[in-house]
Amino acid sequence: MAKLELQNLTKAYSRDIVPVKQLNLVVEDNEFLTLVGPSGCGKSTILRLIAGLDQPTEGRVMIGDRDVSRLPPGDRNIAMVFQSYALYPHMTVRENVASGLKLRHLPVGDIQKRVQEVSGVLGLDPLLDRKPAKLSGGQRQRVALARALVRNPDVFLLDEPLSNLDALLREQVRADLKQIFADQKSPIVYVTHDQTEAMTLSTKVAVLNNGYLQQLGHPHDIYKTPANRFVASFIGSPQMNLITLSRTGNTVALGDFSIPLPIGIQAASVVLGIRPEHLRLPREGDMHTVSGQVFLVENLGMHDLVSLRVQGDPTLTLRALLPADAAWSKENLQLALPPESIHWFDDETEQRLG
Amino acid sequence: MSKDYIRQREQRTGWLLMLPALLVLLLVYAFPILRAFWLSFFTENLSTNLEPVFSGLDNYELMVGDGRFWQSMRNTAVFTLFTLVFELGLGLIIALTLDQAFRGRGLARTIAILPWALPTALIALAWRWIFNTEFGVWNDMLMRLHLIGNPVNWLGEPFWAMVAVIAADVWKTTSFVAILLLAGLQSISQDLYEAHALDGASPWQSFRQITLPLIAPQIVIAMLFRFAQSFGIFDLIQVMTGGGPGGATETVSIYIYAAVMRYLDFGYGAALVTVTFLVLVAVVAVSWLYISRLRAKTE
Repeated sequence: MAKLELQNLTKAYSRDIVPVKQLNLVVEDNEFLTLVGPSGCGKSTILRLIAGLDQPTEGRVMIGDRDVSRLPPGDRNIAMVFQSYALYPHMTVRENVASGLKLRHLPVGDIQKRVQEVSGVLGLDPLLDRKPAKLSGGQRQRVALARALVRNPDVFLLDEPLSNLDALLREQVRADLKQIFADQKSPIVYVTHDQTEAMTLSTKVAVLNNGYLQQLGHPHDIYKTPANRFVASFIGSPQMNLITLSRTGNTVALGDFSIPLPIGIQAASVVLGIRPEHLRLPREGDMHTVSGQVFLVENLGMHDLVSLRVQGDPTLTLRALLPADAAWSKENLQLALPPESIHWFDDETEQRLG
Repeated sequence: MSKDYIRQREQRTGWLLMLPALLVLLLVYAFPILRAFWLSFFTENLSTNLEPVFSGLDNYELMVGDGRFWQSMRNTAVFTLFTLVFELGLGLIIALTLDQAFRGRGLARTIAILPWALPTALIALAWRWIFNTEFGVWNDMLMRLHLIGNPVNWLGEPFWAMVAVIAADVWKTTSFVAILLLAGLQSISQDLYEAHALDGASPWQSFRQITLPLIAPQIVIAMLFRFAQSFGIFDLIQVMTGGGPGGATETVSIYIYAAVMRYLDFGYGAALVTVTFLVLVAVVAVSWLYISRLRAKTE
């Protein structure tokens, strides 16, 4: 099969509007790459550049050894699932799925066979003769998937395919997607603003902001060692606690509590990051603890999301995810900060330190 | 099962609210049509001193042998067919153009609707001047280009007179068709075209397989509107040619007008109205059936 490679890809609509800047990426066969970022980060534009719906200002899109940058969308052998599903409203499900094969003049027998196969996998058999208007959101979504799968394309593109489903269905379809695409050999590029989708589906995640690639890596690595402050704040839910602190010597003061900096950090002003799920009730032998007054408890079922004001500086707040059955004092809650779970960022460059 | 009182009450209120409008409709539509139908069985003209005398199907028999009636029907059919074809074709091209993104599109859309917004009688007058033998700009242009040697009396030649009224109507009403079709085009999501392009379709294939089927309802509605209006065309032709030369552009409406207002043959005029009305209703009913089937197909 063929890998997908983006070389130095840039898209500029005008001098000030540059949604994609100097992007370099490789997606190998069997890889599931997710582009994730807030709206306006350029992720959808990247997808359109790969698909050939927009032309890059600079750089190249390679599929295998082919430079497809100047080819029309239909000649790239790419299949795309649209956020709106883009089903043809006047065609039946069968015609929708077969459309791409018919336009490529496949023999009728082959078309029927492949439509049957895909419709079997996605459970569309009873719906084949219906029009899209007579389908539920989840069913439409499956038809859109079928239309992409049936083509056996060199690259799959998916543009926020779950965003129009309700929460319950989304979770179920997310699991289905993972299974369906586990059998696909072609590279997959998936766009979402939902970090759960990014974490659960991908073999590789690209975090984007302002048209720049912020970090590229395995979902676990991105969670564990975010490359900068933006990635730290964007990946992970509930959001990481990020607190800007100025140093005194080799320590920083967090309210009344002092926390030593790792060796080798030069920056004058640093950002301390710790995920709410990594803050815990202190145990014997914990080095760094803080305490403060709880002002908000959000019950999440298995956990309580607890917000507290750090003692000594009421402007500093921390959020911690504590087991719902744990006992603690609302007036004076003590929390431990395990050193291995603390992330340090340079306040000025926002890059990861240490 | 208990009765659905809320629904019942709403239905009653609904009828009550519609009643005034229904009465007005009956008065201004149903009554004149029925009155004309009734009158078509009477002879009422100068020979009866304008008194109605029952004559059964005499008027209809007369019509069958009336060459002028058949001529006017033929003229109406020709006028309707050609205006419809050209207005749809040109209207679609204009609509597709106005649907594209370009600088000044808003202005272009406004200008496009202008010909249709102007009063027909004024436009007819303008076109009469354009085709005027001695002073018309059309003859002037053709002579400057050396396409003709001497001025041509366009509105005086049976064939060219028909071409001229068709041209004037196309000029005036194409914009209406274009705006109607544009509304249809705008309801088609851009995603569909992009998905189709990724499926491997050429622009021409997308036009045939996406655009045309999805604006089919608008096309049928435009045809219906234009058919009804062209079939009853009166003002434009009355002002431009008065039905001439020698009845070459006389449509059914012009003939009815002449029968009633000039020859004061009210009975025969009523019979003409009845027949025209039935033809119109038949065509509209058939088209409506077709539209409902189209609707059922897309839903």
